[in-house]
Amino acid sequence: MTKTFIFAGSGGQGIQFSGKQIAKTAMHMDMPVTFLPSYGPEMRGGTSNCTVVISDEEIGSPSVTYPDIAVTLNLPSFTKFEPRVKAGGMIIYDSTLINIGSEREDITALPIPATELAVENDLEGFANVIVLGFLLKKTGIFTIENFRDFLISSIPASKAKLIEKNTTALDLGYNYNK
Amino acid sequence: MSKKVLMKGNEAIAEAAIASGCLHYFGYPITPQTEISEYLAKRMPKVGGLCLQAESEVAAINMVMGAAAAGSRVLTSSSSPGISLKSEGISYIAGCDLPCLIVNVQRGGPGLGGIQPSQSDYYQATRGVGHGDLRLIVLAPSSVQEMASLTMEAFDLGDTYRMPVMLLADGALGQMMEPVDFDAFQKRDVPDKMWAANGHGGKRKKNIINSLYIDPKELEDSVVERYEKYSRIEKNEVKYEEFMTDDAEIVLVAFGITARICKSAVAAAREAGIKLGLLRPITLWPFPKDAVSSIADKAKAIISVEMSMGQMIDDVRLAADGKCPVYFYGRTGGMIPSVEAIFDRAKEISESI
Amino acid sequence: MKTVFESPRALSDVPLHYCPGCTHGIVHRLVAEVIDELGIENRTVGVAPVGCSVFAYNYFECDMIQAAHGRAPAVATGVKRTHPDSVVFTYQGDGDLAAIGTAETVHASTRGENITIIFINNAIYGMTGGQMAPTTIPGQVTTTSPYGRDRSIQGSPIKVCEMLSTLDGVALAARTAVDNPKNVISTKKMIKKAFENQLEGKGLSIVEILSTCPTNWGMTPKAALEWLRENMTTYYPLGVYKDAEAIR
Repeated sequence: MTKTFIFAGSGGQGIQFSGKQIAKTAMHMDMPVTFLPSYGPEMRGGTSNCTVVISDEEIGSPSVTYPDIAVTLNLPSFTKFEPRVKAGGMIIYDSTLINIGSEREDITALPIPATELAVENDLEGFANVIVLGFLLKKTGIFTIENFRDFLISSIPASKAKLIEKNTTALDLGYNYNK
Repeated sequence: MSKKVLMKGNEAIAEAAIASGCLHYFGYPITPQTEISEYLAKRMPKVGGLCLQAESEVAAINMVMGAAAAGSRVLTSSSSPGISLKSEGISYIAGCDLPCLIVNVQRGGPGLGGIQPSQSDYYQATRGVGHGDLRLIVLAPSSVQEMASLTMEAFDLGDTYRMPVMLLADGALGQMMEPVDFDAFQKRDVPDKMWAANGHGGKRKKNIINSLYIDPKELEDSVVERYEKYSRIEKNEVKYEEFMTDDAEIVLVAFGITARICKSAVAAAREAGIKLGLLRPITLWPFPKDAVSSIADKAKAIISVEMSMGQMIDDVRLAADGKCPVYFYGRTGGMIPSVEAIFDRAKEISESI
Repeated sequence: MKTVFESPRALSDVPLHYCPGCTHGIVHRLVAEVIDELGIENRTVGVAPVGCSVFAYNYFECDMIQAAHGRAPAVATGVKRTHPDSVVFTYQGDGDLAAIGTAETVHASTRGENITIIFINNAIYGMTGGQMAPTTIPGQVTTTSPYGRDRSIQGSPIKVCEMLSTLDGVALAARTAVDNPKNVISTKKMIKKAFENQLEGKGLSIVEILSTCPTNWGMTPKAALEWLRENMTTYYPLGVYKDAEAIR
């Protein structure tokens, strides 16, 4: 079983962080995984995306044209990747920033107003983590406990106060139900 | 919990160098390989090593030459335009029979080109990396694990044969992250560097590191001797991987990141009932000629798949020697071929033969 | 029988290939004498790049490396940084050090690489047969400045010691000449100081030695020495341009 993900948004939205956390968790679960970032000037403020492949067997291509799951946090990314989601796949998106929906009937579109939820809950800057919690719930790729452990372990000791924010955001997304 | 760590390919090269006992790095920043310098700038002081940023790639490769001449394990890294600058030094290093590792994390060219991944320095690495009759051992990793293990292997190969080795990667491999295990490597016994110029200590005659022979006969002799070494390498050090080639009617030949994409295309083709296989050269020089030749004996067609306009295809054609048709599929300029496009090309060819 | 004169140990007992009257031989001997006097031959590594002195690896008894044109300071950096206990010197000509290798020279200097540079300035390219050097003086005729170096066309020469003396990493920048016994003695003094600086870890020391090239200047050795005195020492005044010790 191989699952392919594309995370996309604007630079600064925590796109690379999100992809890396999925990759790290997979590695700790002893699953083959690849994380392929976009790089270059794109990293500095423009659009940002990364591709993650997790599998239970050796991974061929780390580069994916048609992902199983697309996670998009801004409108240009939604417009770019929504048509590319594989039939039967899913698109998760921040509906605060993306005010259109998917008209495709062969994929599941899952909106979550992540930015709005972040603002309401004093979690500015953590919309991506809210989305990650939502993604865990909807895909079931990892348990929230496993994911939380590796999320916490990747926060440096000097930034310990971020742990609470991250875990709160994660739970908020996980429990979001609309 | 596994011992594996999730790392960028560039970082894996850097850490593998340290694990191989290479404590000296000289380089100059260039995208998409700068993480190697940055990683070593942090790590080297902690392991008693040295990471020195040179004033240019030209200076960096000559610092490498000095360190290698003095008997140290030494690394430099760059990306395509920077390798062009290093080519003078690489030729001297080859002419002086000095071991070192040169990493090329390729980007698109020619000229300033772009910064996205490419394999268009295949000719440069295997044919024209410096003036004169010379070869480099060229290793082509296709995963972050291989970025590490082939780095370690490269140092041992260089010391064994007393010659420069190139790790030919690309921007995607440099930037992508995968789990890597640094213990999964078998070290070789390498000879002592009795030839090094680091002070004779009054215990031996002076050592001279030199590539100049004014007498043409002497120069010819030295080159011929070096080519005898190259023949031993061609005999003993060829590495490649075959994937589903046993019954394959069409075989893709691809290296590096492209080979992985091809692997997915092979899987997709098999599902569609097309007997597709893959041969992945791991050493680009020495090129796995015999393996390609055997494939050409039994397959109906070979497709060379590259991130260039077709460079390795020359070696594939030479090895296939007209025994079966050799086709090409490639993207260049930083474009990465997709699984689907490779599949389509294979399907089209399978229907035409 | 008492020995009153002998060849320095660090100088190989082989015939030099230099032209008659060329002053390379004098400088080779001075470097070898200094290596002997400091007792450092066992740990010295010399780097000689392209130029007339490219065969220097045959003339010194220490370990030697032949480098690419202009790159000796970078090669020396590689040796010294990986083997800090070694004593490393480069032996470079003017085309090498001040044209094609300017970047390597300036940056090794500003990094304060703890090495010794012996710089032969004879205002011409010797090995390739008398072309204009970065140090060819205004009006000087060479095969590539056949009407005399014209500043409006070929620009002005580089004054290396003056330039390098502005860099913090430089411990010693001195210009000497080997046109008469007195200057030969002061040249040796400076070469010795340049090696001693390295032994004391002071940073980069360069000794620029005004030399002759009778063959390519088209002069007798004697006339060449006179030409050096009359033309070169006026454009390139002798002296110590930087001595970090004196500044402190």
